[in-house]
Amino acid sequence: MNSVSIAMRGIRERRVSSAITIAAVALACSLLMLVWAFKKEAEQSFAGASGGFDAVLGPRGSKLQIVLNALYHLDESPGLMRWADYEQATKFPAVEAAYPLAVGDNYRGYRLVGSIPEYLQNHAYAEGQSFELESGGSLFEPRSMQAVVGAFAARRLGLGIGDTFHPYHGLVYDEGAKHEELYTVTGVLKATGTPVDKVIWIPISGIQTMSGHNPKAATDVSAVLIKLKQGANMAGFQLDMMYNKQGDRLTLAWPANRTILQFFDKISWFDKILQAVAALVAIIAGGSILAILYNAMNERKRDIAVLRALGARKRTVFMISLLEAVGMTFAGVILGFVVYVFLGMGIGEIVQRETGVALSPFSGNAAMVWAPLGMLGIGLLSGVLPAIKAYRTDVSRNLS
Amino acid sequence: MSLLSLKNISKRYLSDRGEWTEIVRISSFELNSGEQVLLQGESGSGKSTLLNMIAGIVTADTGEISLDGADMRLLPESARDAHRARSLGYVFQNFNLLDAYSCIENVELGMAFGGKTDVEFARKLLERVGLSERLNYRPDQLSQGQKQRVAIARALANRPKLVLADEPTGNLDPSNAAIALDLIQSLCRENGTALLLVSHNPSLRDKFERTIDLMELNEASVSPTETGGLS
Repeated sequence: MNSVSIAMRGIRERRVSSAITIAAVALACSLLMLVWAFKKEAEQSFAGASGGFDAVLGPRGSKLQIVLNALYHLDESPGLMRWADYEQATKFPAVEAAYPLAVGDNYRGYRLVGSIPEYLQNHAYAEGQSFELESGGSLFEPRSMQAVVGAFAARRLGLGIGDTFHPYHGLVYDEGAKHEELYTVTGVLKATGTPVDKVIWIPISGIQTMSGHNPKAATDVSAVLIKLKQGANMAGFQLDMMYNKQGDRLTLAWPANRTILQFFDKISWFDKILQAVAALVAIIAGGSILAILYNAMNERKRDIAVLRALGARKRTVFMISLLEAVGMTFAGVILGFVVYVFLGMGIGEIVQRETGVALSPFSGNAAMVWAPLGMLGIGLLSGVLPAIKAYRTDVSRNLS
Repeated sequence: MSLLSLKNISKRYLSDRGEWTEIVRISSFELNSGEQVLLQGESGSGKSTLLNMIAGIVTADTGEISLDGADMRLLPESARDAHRARSLGYVFQNFNLLDAYSCIENVELGMAFGGKTDVEFARKLLERVGLSERLNYRPDQLSQGQKQRVAIARALANRPKLVLADEPTGNLDPSNAAIALDLIQSLCRENGTALLLVSHNPSLRDKFERTIDLMELNEASVSPTETGGLS
């Protein structure tokens, strides 16, 4: 029997109010970590999921829309551009590689993206990381009706090598919009944690010449993904000047990942609201600890007086009360981690389903240290007032 | 050998009417190690105040309270608490058991602040007071008599030099009162512990080696109605 066990007993005795307080602390802690740590992870993952490209060239329009469409396979293409524009882009000396993309069809909601096989064959989507096929697979042949399925899409759709499917027109799944063409899966990509995972890749000619598509657009492309040569930053400025300032037909989103970071900046007001909510919940949790312990002190004056009569020092009953506050907060923080992991995994699953970007709630971030420590600090502060009340309890008056 | 010695102690309180009222004034009192003394006094004669002063819960305004070699009046509060935890056991009229704890845990609390808790000793004490079958019962599952027996075991848990008992039989029926008194006295004797028991019950006089009339010992000219609720 010591101060810690006495404090733990106090928490257990007020099961309902302690549980509510612990839940409030857990909610506050998990929210704080989600708002700061998970959001940072989302920003970094999205910026890092630019697929190893420096720029995206698209029809005249919003840079964000071009990047979302071509790199993250979200949103619609702002329009079409000529095949010649793609060929011109490949000819710039500073361009190491350029790959055309065409979009406009889906299979059960998963987007079909047309490109050239060299994209999946030669390109490194991250430093030293190239696309790999699951064993037994092969890339699609140009102008064939073959498809390579991203890892996430394959898992969700249950597609494997040798399976066949009919594409559906548009980017949104509509059962009545089935194309006649029958595609055969020749390969499944290994997971990359990038938007590539949620896409079905087919030859670009497949999209361009799909039945029902406008024959006039049979050579057009939706966007061109560009990788510049190492150290060719100036070339980026030059291309930016040429396409965005001097030209009026095409838009170059460069640097590609900055566009997505600017997007996060634009929605930072939403972060601030979430941060305010998290801070409010933290304050409410602290207030809850204070209220519960302070009220409990009124009911426990006799118990404290008895402990003092048995020889407990003033600082001992002060510590017991403080330990109750810290104990509840600590339990809340532990539960908060569990809630954070479950919520993080749930959100990560949704984000991956929608964007293909893999988020991990376990990635290290300072918020995962300061949020729990901050909550423990709030718990400690909340416990001070009730502890002072315990410290000041008049023994002789309260010994019945 | 004197275990407890009171010399010229006094205590006064500010009454509800804003006047200072002297509750306790004792010129001299001594209690030897292992001795059992009954302090007999009516309600409001300053019994609880005197016991609280001896225990160091309340400080005397003047005089010297020497308990096991330490002056409880001059010791700082934390030292008084520590001295109480090591040297004193306390039995209350209303038992003052903690409802959240089982019998054995209540007894363990009696030794928790004076050093290490000895669960085995707590168990033996409860067996000695006839509650070996109720170790894990909570106070609300016990009769009044059983509660006081747990309180007696708790008072002996820290192997004290002195047990202070404040009307320990006041809330018990005659049968349980006799059992409780017998247990306090025999347990104190077995452990070489002195006992200072205060009670208004005159029938207890023949149970003690020495009985002192508190109205004679306490020179404060206070009647039970003048203490403003203090006893």
